[in-house]
Amino acid sequence: MPSESIGGAPGTAVRPAVDGDCVAHFTRRITAAGASLVRTESFATIPEAVRAFLDELGFSYNLVCSGERAFDTIAWPAGFTLALRTAADGDHSSLTGVVAAVAETGSLVVAAAHHSPNTLHFLPENHIAVVRTSQVLRHLEDVWRLMREHSGMPRALTFITGPSRTADVEQTIQIGAHGPRRLHVVLVDA
Amino acid sequence: MNTTAHGFKERSVKALQNTTLQEALARAYGGFVHKRQAAIDALPEFDALCEQARRIKDHALDHLDHYLEGFEAALTAEGGKVHWARTPEEACQQVVAICRAHQARRITKGKSMVGEEIALNEALEANGFEVVETDLGEYIIQLAKEPPSHIIAPAVHKTRGEIAQLFHTFHQRIERSQPLAEVPDIVEESRQVLRSVFLSADVGITGANFLVAETGSVVLVTNEGNGDLVSTLPPVHIVVSSIEKVVPTLEDVTTLLRVLGRSATGQAMTAYTSLLTGPRRADDRDGPSAMHVVLVDNGRSAMLGTAFRDMLRCIRCGACLNHCPVYGAIGGHAYGWVYPGPMGAILTPRILGLRAAPDLPQACTLNGRCQDVCPVHIPLPALLRKLRMEAFTQRITPPRARFPLALWALLAKHPRLYHGVMTLAAGLLGRLGQRRGRFRTLPFARGWTEGRALPTPAVQTFQSCWKHRRRSDPS
Amino acid sequence: MKVRPQRVVGLLVTCLIDLFRPNAGFAAVKLLEQAGCDVVVPRAQTCCGQPAYNSGDARSAQAIARQVITTFEAFDDIVIPSGSCAGMVKIHYPRLFAQDAQWQQRALALAERTHELTRFLTEVLGISESGATYRGTATYHDSCSGLRELGIHAQPRQLLASVTGLHLKELRDWESCCGFGGAFCVKYPELSVRMVSDKVASIQKTGADTLLGGDLGCLLNIAGRLKRQGSGIKVYHVAEILAEMAGHAPPIGEGPNSQ
Repeated sequence: MPSESIGGAPGTAVRPAVDGDCVAHFTRRITAAGASLVRTESFATIPEAVRAFLDELGFSYNLVCSGERAFDTIAWPAGFTLALRTAADGDHSSLTGVVAAVAETGSLVVAAAHHSPNTLHFLPENHIAVVRTSQVLRHLEDVWRLMREHSGMPRALTFITGPSRTADVEQTIQIGAHGPRRLHVVLVDA
Repeated sequence: MNTTAHGFKERSVKALQNTTLQEALARAYGGFVHKRQAAIDALPEFDALCEQARRIKDHALDHLDHYLEGFEAALTAEGGKVHWARTPEEACQQVVAICRAHQARRITKGKSMVGEEIALNEALEANGFEVVETDLGEYIIQLAKEPPSHIIAPAVHKTRGEIAQLFHTFHQRIERSQPLAEVPDIVEESRQVLRSVFLSADVGITGANFLVAETGSVVLVTNEGNGDLVSTLPPVHIVVSSIEKVVPTLEDVTTLLRVLGRSATGQAMTAYTSLLTGPRRADDRDGPSAMHVVLVDNGRSAMLGTAFRDMLRCIRCGACLNHCPVYGAIGGHAYGWVYPGPMGAILTPRILGLRAAPDLPQACTLNGRCQDVCPVHIPLPALLRKLRMEAFTQRITPPRARFPLALWALLAKHPRLYHGVMTLAAGLLGRLGQRRGRFRTLPFARGWTEGRALPTPAVQTFQSCWKHRRRSDPS
Repeated sequence: MKVRPQRVVGLLVTCLIDLFRPNAGFAAVKLLEQAGCDVVVPRAQTCCGQPAYNSGDARSAQAIARQVITTFEAFDDIVIPSGSCAGMVKIHYPRLFAQDAQWQQRALALAERTHELTRFLTEVLGISESGATYRGTATYHDSCSGLRELGIHAQPRQLLASVTGLHLKELRDWESCCGFGGAFCVKYPELSVRMVSDKVASIQKTGADTLLGGDLGCLLNIAGRLKRQGSGIKVYHVAEILAEMAGHAPPIGEGPNSQ
């Protein structure tokens, strides 16, 4: 992907210090940005975490989802329907994986791909994202390393840091502008 | 966009008298300042990051052609198409041609200041396309048929009452009884109305916060998520960007993102920061099948070899506006074109010509706070002085300003004459106002005395007293 | 006993102090002499050239700058009781001669030895005690050029802290401009008055009875607005308090019969 004739700007790199445990840092930052987060010990307990979130808000168990390999191994209880497709108007909740998460900013990193339609990240009211603790990287730059090691940049790569918001009316922050009203992170020890 | 920048003075006075505007500005002005300060206090590396950001932009500008070509090559390799436009007209023609080629009817837009600069909406509408702005602030001012008044908060001059009024006028679906009294009601109403627009658009147009040469990526920074819907849902995505937004690598754009969000809204990272690299891939299930990037020059390359090259480092964070006492007093509309505040006071005369905006470089106290808060260290006061020098040399400065200045300079260059005149002035004015210590009004100082008393000169100048002291004090 | 010869200090009085507030000039002289300096006030000075420079008349500004350089370059130190005039000499003179290596050299040499008054007292002479008395509660206005071009902020406060009887209360918006801006205040009077009104409101909010500052331009502007509003807040140049010379002249904008 990188064109070899192009170098970067000179100068030593400065990065914000991210001390200590990345997962703890990530958790603090993304919840401060308005996301809800629940930590769970294994893939097997993901359905429980998702159900609790949906129950509290009174949403159905119909999910549009990305084609995470991990999701296939989970035994979804009766009542759950998972549809792997692009999101459409009227879909309440999406369930997706992430390509990474960033401790520095408390961001999820999602990428458009065949198994991960981009509309899942933006169209539904609730975006539920499953993040493995091993996916939490320290700095934003670590994501670029990951991209370079793999197949290069996807069509769309997005850092998601909290639910959709606007401050365009009287500079008052209001959640739920055009994107998801809620961002729920299920953090799995894996 | 049409300009009314020559009418700054008149418009600024009107803005000061507009109570609704003053109410809106009072609310916004401090908020931005405090949020930025809190974000910076939380990041000890901020100054070092700013210095690095400055270096990155300087380097990119030093090799602008190289990085632009690199961007084009990388994006082309991913299936995107780059178009080059020297003027606003060329840029609009290119966008119109793409929309025509795809038989578009409805176009959704993300906020783009370059789009405002080239008057893209007007060009599209003149060619029969329906254009809907989707950033809430831009949507509000589109309904109001007004230009943006702030580069990151276009409707900052509107109160929620005014916005509710607009929605009641333009949204047929809402009941008259729905009051839209609170901020959440207004945001919800716009979400409902714009949802179907997003889904039915034939073309999506956005701006770009940065372009990455290494990967051919367009970087979009939003909080609402509208930019992602605009660039993902319609079959065609068009990006309108000015040429100075290109940076070399992903690492470079990372540094710029770190200072942009904090300087603009006090956010370490906005809700959505997307890197868009070409149209949908062969096996993608969504995303546009065509991606075009129109690169607009409009006066930038002419600034490269000059002192105003520093201005091209600008990353459009709006911090200089938020900390400018003049902007804070009158808002953005008085500036008369797309870019208000300190950065606008430089860009507008540079892009449109000094004669189109003679007041903008002058209407500043040179207090320097804008330069202090600029994350890429643009010497804004020095550039404003530079424009003043151009105005003076080209005789754009009006005679009523030149004459007193020339008279004063003549005196200042002749100390003996100067002290003679000052001694006379002090003797006359000092004695005249001696009892009260100030003048209520003076015929030749009306600008001062309309809102202020004028403290009187001393009866004897310092120099006269000093001469006497030396005489009586032979040591 | 002095181990080194007395410092010969050239005082650039500034045109505003010369005409409007000689007492502040004499206060500066007193402070420097108390500190053991030999103060010289060259007669050949007029103004530092800011009005021309900030109005875009570079040629006049250069002519005046050459005059100032010639007049003052013989002194050990050049002291200016104004942040904006000191900023002009220190920061802008060298820039004015960007195309003229010889004059730029001389400008740089002068800039190096030029100091704003409170910085000279504290950082060059190492004074921390003023020995003065002033009864009152004061607030301090930082002039923008002093603050941002020269970093003058702690110095006057350090000196004022040693004034017996003086209580200092900070302004909430101490970083905001008062709206003077040289020609700005008469070219855009409505804007300028709005800015100074905001400043005055915040001064009044402190409850202080005295406003101090180190730049006469700002002080004339703020005093003018205070007096137009009928405020009894007294305005002085900081040197007048430090030299205990507030009693030698009515406060700025007031006279013996001003009430």
